[in-house]
Amino acid sequence: MQLTNRAKVLEKKPMTLAERAYLPAIFQGLSITMRHFFMKKATVRYPEEVRPFSAFFRGLHVLKRDEQGRERCTACGLCAVACPAEAITMVAGERKKGEEGLYREEKYAISYEINMLRCIFCGLCEEACPKAAVYLQPDKMAPPRFERDEFIYGKDRLVEPVSPDERSVKGIQLTPEQASTLRARIV
Amino acid sequence: MLELPALGWQSIVIFVVFALSLLIATYCTYAERVIAAFLQDRVGPDRAGPYGLLQPLADAVKMFTKEEFFPGGANKVLFVVGPCLAMITALMSSAVIPFGNTMSFGNNLFFLQGIEVNIGMLWIFGVVSLGVYGVMIGGWASNNKFSLLGAVRAASQNISYELAMGMSLIAVLMISGTLSLREITLQQSVAGEWQVWNIVKQPLGFIIFLVCAFAETNRTPFDLPECETELVGGYHTEYSSMKLGLYLFSEYVNIFVVSAVMSVLYFGGFNFPFQYELRDWFVNSQGWELASAQNLITLLGTVGLFLKIFAFIFFFMWIRWTLPRFRYDQLMRLGWTILIPLAVFNIVLTGALILFGVI
Repeated sequence: MQLTNRAKVLEKKPMTLAERAYLPAIFQGLSITMRHFFMKKATVRYPEEVRPFSAFFRGLHVLKRDEQGRERCTACGLCAVACPAEAITMVAGERKKGEEGLYREEKYAISYEINMLRCIFCGLCEEACPKAAVYLQPDKMAPPRFERDEFIYGKDRLVEPVSPDERSVKGIQLTPEQASTLRARIV
Repeated sequence: MLELPALGWQSIVIFVVFALSLLIATYCTYAERVIAAFLQDRVGPDRAGPYGLLQPLADAVKMFTKEEFFPGGANKVLFVVGPCLAMITALMSSAVIPFGNTMSFGNNLFFLQGIEVNIGMLWIFGVVSLGVYGVMIGGWASNNKFSLLGAVRAASQNISYELAMGMSLIAVLMISGTLSLREITLQQSVAGEWQVWNIVKQPLGFIIFLVCAFAETNRTPFDLPECETELVGGYHTEYSSMKLGLYLFSEYVNIFVVSAVMSVLYFGGFNFPFQYELRDWFVNSQGWELASAQNLITLLGTVGLFLKIFAFIFFFMWIRWTLPRFRYDQLMRLGWTILIPLAVFNIVLTGALILFGVI
């Protein structure tokens, strides 16, 4: 039965003398391996050398602060809804008087947890966030750990550090002058 | 007249040769891994020491600290004797190889060679064919079908290829007229003419010898006695700890010895191009004494011989990471129906060429 007309009839030819002598084929093979001997090596010597991340690599999450160092997140829950892996949980709370310097909106997240074992790093939370609060950092990964509960990242590990000098490069990028005025305002 | 040295000199030479073969075998394991890596676009071991040069040490520590395992039903005595025999025979054969010409200190003249015997080639042959006993006994004593299969394969393969190897050597013997390896080397060094290396006179014989050398040392493409895809580990399936290490080591020592034999028989041994011109230049233009100039040439010749040996060892590894393994029937067909007739043809050809005075 012929399904297509692409079938090729292979003719089993007897080997020529050169083929039966093995040696030409062996020399051909040797020249190929010798070419590879001098080629550039594919190895990345990991701890000393790190393979560069792609510019839009989606790594560990961060909860951003605004220009005045206030948390942007308002605990609207859109990221948790968007999350296909159901990795995000949060508890919303109301901002009290005197906390205006801490939280940008009147509602904020008392707790905000991402389970890094569930997360598939798709970045849908980042797209869903209306307040530009949650981002996936392009230069950090969730490191391996020994216990499962260590993979549940709370606000202590997610929220961007307060000090402007420790701000990550992506997101809000401050000039030194802006940083010093911001520091004065926080103090 | 210079006196021949007391036996003491020779034991020093033997000791140095012994240590050198072990050292070279040690670093062969490193070289094998690095060359394999380079041929496969990797970098190989580079963690232990600069460029991973301490890797053999780490391997040795690993080997020594592993569990000494004896399989149930194994013959304990033979199980230990096997790897020892493999190692002993591998090391013994390096005794007759001339690693250099003569050195003279005062009145003492000594050879850079363990033992100078007039049957050097026969000695190497005898000892190398003993080597299969190590594999055979080890495989038999393991009480394991894979080990036994590997051992049987090793035995039949070595016997088959020894025939062709011996016959390719007969042709060398016919042109040299002696079995002494030193004599054969010296014959390849007519003053001013380095082109008389035996490879020029015996290209076909060399190729036969080379192929047989691969089979004798159980190297790819003839590593059927230990082929891991079919026989788990072949004759050393049941071995662990340093007993396995001895087997792996003896393979590299064998490679070293076979490379040395090939360099001596076909590539002029410790001769190198323009050695006599260099010696005369030292004597005439630099005003050196003849003896010290000769000593220098001898040392350079030894270095040259080792360069040849290293080139061959590299070739062994290069082949290993290029060619796939033969099937067993292909191996036997190549040995019996191609190499042996070719070797016989080579003998006849050499005889005819000698008769008509070409070589």
